[in-house]
Amino acid sequence: MNNVNRPVRKKDAMQILMGKPVYTDDIAPSNCLVVKVLRSPHANAIIEDINTFVAEKVPGIEAIYTWKDIDQNSRRFTLAGQTYPEPSPYDRLILDRHVRFVGDVVAIVAGEDEKCVDKALKLIKVKYNVLEPVLDFRKSKDGEILVHPEENWESLCPVGADNKRNLCAHDVSGSGDVDAVLADCDIVFERTYHTKANQQAMMETFRTFCTIDTYGRLNVVSSTQIVFHCRRIISNALHIPKSMIRVTKPRIGGGFGAKQSSVSEIYPAFVTWMTKKPSKIVFTREESQIASSPRHEMEITVRLGAMKDGHIRAVDLYTLSNTGAYGEHGPTTVGLSGHKSIPLYGRVEAFRFGYDVVYTNVMSAGAYRGYGATQGLFAMESTVNELASMLKMDPIELREKNIVKEGDIMPAYYGEPNSSCALDRCLKRVKEMIDWDNKYPVRKISETKVRAVGMAMAMQGSGISGVDVGSATLKVNDDGFYTMRIAAADMGTGCDTILAQIAAEVLECSVDDITVLGADTDASPYDSGSYASSTTYVTGKAVEKCAIQLKEQICKLGAKLLGCDVDKAEFDGKCVTDIDSKKSIALGDIATASMAGNDIALEAAQSHTSKTSPPPFMVGAAEIEVDLQTGEVEVVDYAAAVDCGTPINPNLARVQAEGGILQGIGMALTEDITYDDKGRMAQNSFMQYKIPTRVDIGRIRVEFESSYEHNGPFGAKSIGEVVINTPLGAVADAVYNATGLRFRELPITPEKIAMGLLNKDRQ
Amino acid sequence: MNITLKLNGKKISRDIEPDMLLIDFVRAEGCLSVKRGCETANCGLCTVFLNEKPVLSCSVLAARANGQSVTTLEGVGREAEEFAEFVADQGAEQCGFCNPGFVMNAVALFRENPDPSVDEIKEYLAGNLCRCSGYEGQLRGILNFLEWKKGGAK
Repeated sequence: MNNVNRPVRKKDAMQILMGKPVYTDDIAPSNCLVVKVLRSPHANAIIEDINTFVAEKVPGIEAIYTWKDIDQNSRRFTLAGQTYPEPSPYDRLILDRHVRFVGDVVAIVAGEDEKCVDKALKLIKVKYNVLEPVLDFRKSKDGEILVHPEENWESLCPVGADNKRNLCAHDVSGSGDVDAVLADCDIVFERTYHTKANQQAMMETFRTFCTIDTYGRLNVVSSTQIVFHCRRIISNALHIPKSMIRVTKPRIGGGFGAKQSSVSEIYPAFVTWMTKKPSKIVFTREESQIASSPRHEMEITVRLGAMKDGHIRAVDLYTLSNTGAYGEHGPTTVGLSGHKSIPLYGRVEAFRFGYDVVYTNVMSAGAYRGYGATQGLFAMESTVNELASMLKMDPIELREKNIVKEGDIMPAYYGEPNSSCALDRCLKRVKEMIDWDNKYPVRKISETKVRAVGMAMAMQGSGISGVDVGSATLKVNDDGFYTMRIAAADMGTGCDTILAQIAAEVLECSVDDITVLGADTDASPYDSGSYASSTTYVTGKAVEKCAIQLKEQICKLGAKLLGCDVDKAEFDGKCVTDIDSKKSIALGDIATASMAGNDIALEAAQSHTSKTSPPPFMVGAAEIEVDLQTGEVEVVDYAAAVDCGTPINPNLARVQAEGGILQGIGMALTEDITYDDKGRMAQNSFMQYKIPTRVDIGRIRVEFESSYEHNGPFGAKSIGEVVINTPLGAVADAVYNATGLRFRELPITPEKIAMGLLNKDRQ
Repeated sequence: MNITLKLNGKKISRDIEPDMLLIDFVRAEGCLSVKRGCETANCGLCTVFLNEKPVLSCSVLAARANGQSVTTLEGVGREAEEFAEFVADQGAEQCGFCNPGFVMNAVALFRENPDPSVDEIKEYLAGNLCRCSGYEGQLRGILNFLEWKKGGAK
């Protein structure tokens, strides 16, 4: 293959490396009104009175909006970017008299510059009726305090939601008689794990600007992964027709799922629609920390049944998920905590998976790389590591006895077949890479330092089965270069490039011959957007189909020009040749001919969806060094083997994996979210929310063990999400091997380790 | 207040508010490579040169640049580009938002220490956060660039 499975340079690489102005705030008109919001200092309160009289007098202030400007009985909406009807409840208003977390929006202020807006924000007088909040998600379900008591709360899908019980979703599913199988097991034990509402912390915070176009329509330019969903969300929020809205995305400074919710769009959209003037909002880092769309905090209880020989026979898993004040992605993330952890164990005879997703008065959650699978896999893999230590069995050997194999039907994975799987090879490879047999479990380095290893496995999906739609259009231009239009969102992931690689492979040209345009709700073909690890697998297949169709169109016109039958015409990327006469015509000449007296369109459009979501697999092993005096942990080496099917671009796949692994290590060791008794978050900046720096990590080594997925483009599955999932379980088990301390709550900070060792000594 | 400074080699004179930050000043002058990733001097995205030394422009008043020379990535040119090519060849630029600050600080490193060890590289660039790459690809790009500088292959 000439284009696929090649480390092609990203099409936008040099532009973004050299700091060209291609991001939202770089291209916003200079006359934009500056939009900022006043945020609630209370976790649960009713706005009794709000007075903007003095604030409006500040020179330069254009408008101030409060709940009085929004019909409180109008239909609510969700900010979650999901296919309609969204599983996430309609529980928001642009401005709500009832504020539900510290940071919830109280007023929108627009003015000519930042200074006047900041001044006006300080001059708004608000009288709150402060109510008692629900801050402990373990006490929310059926509690006295309701986060959403309102009558116009709405759930569009049967996800078990009930606002009168603080429930955003509830379900129990399973296969086989789990209680009977557990009763028949040699060993049955139960463990509970807890993960926090980690932040994606992409370097570019949320931001959007809006203008009114030539036709009086609302133009929204935003750092978003989901242009089409965003258009619906704005339509629902502003109660204006979708036909009046256009959403485009420029370059995005990172997303990781954060921008799969419309966190910032509705505020400037509302301001511009009301004033008909351009406006923009740029979230501060503090706002991105305290009022955005982080990972769902989850508490997961796993009951595992196994035999003495290590055969894992039953899994009973219950997840309590905290969606916070609003329900974005609440009903869906939770599903992955079981459906993308249990299926790793192919010999399980019965499983049960139950969950509750509850509202509380903290920042609402959203989509973050891994999307619930990360939390579930931490619990599942840690439980299996605990089983290994109970059985005094090597954790890799225990996995080898139990893993799902290619061809297996996976009852816990929606009954889908495991159509491509190199998990067994990943295990073997990582074992060699980390020199497991010599390093497991622990070695003494000095009087105060030890080195230990730990491992975990992971899976994810490739798009949402039967739901996600990917599309592409391709056309031939003068000289025979191509334009590809997509609505998948390159957020740094490189999808503009890898989709061009797929098209170039079919069209037998160079990636440089294909320009890429996306994403734009007016110009792009429909695409669900870039999330759920769908772009390579779903949109990639649409691109492949589209390029095949375009090739046929090229042959059709070529044959006409050559005067031959279309089934005698062959296209080799440069020329169409009549296989009988050997006469040929160059693509450039065909393109030129298409522009005069022609009725054959040199353009193609294709959509694709997939009934299955073939999982990528991964195994990771961490070698850590622990200072037994201070509790400090350093990951000195992280070895991982990934099965993402064919890596379309090995460079980009590798960097995705390395980046995901370090995010997972951050989640395991340093990234904490805590609230005080009033619901105020402590980690509201990068001073407190510690994402890893380059001195916090030793080496990260990634290798590919590729299976071949026949339903994917050129054998590809997804890569973007699976890569964050292994470090949590691997690091936690390495810490156990180093210290004898089992941590079931993340992050595992030096304080926790030092205190744990101290307490152990005392006993 | 009025300040006069050299921005990317060009002498300019401007009336500014005394509390204006250097990052907002250079962006207003069209140097849009300079990005803001935090407000707490943690991320390194806003790195510019003040008299050829890297500083965080979010933590420097524009007034401090009076009579000084300020360089942003727009003013570094080929020296930055020839390094950036090596990062591009790893696919390590990813979302790109942290790149300008990272490239600026890397250029400062190479000027100060043309033959740094891996530890020296990590130490010098510790203040340049990147959420996409896990830093490995950036490091490969740096090491390949240094190798090429020494006369190795590209």
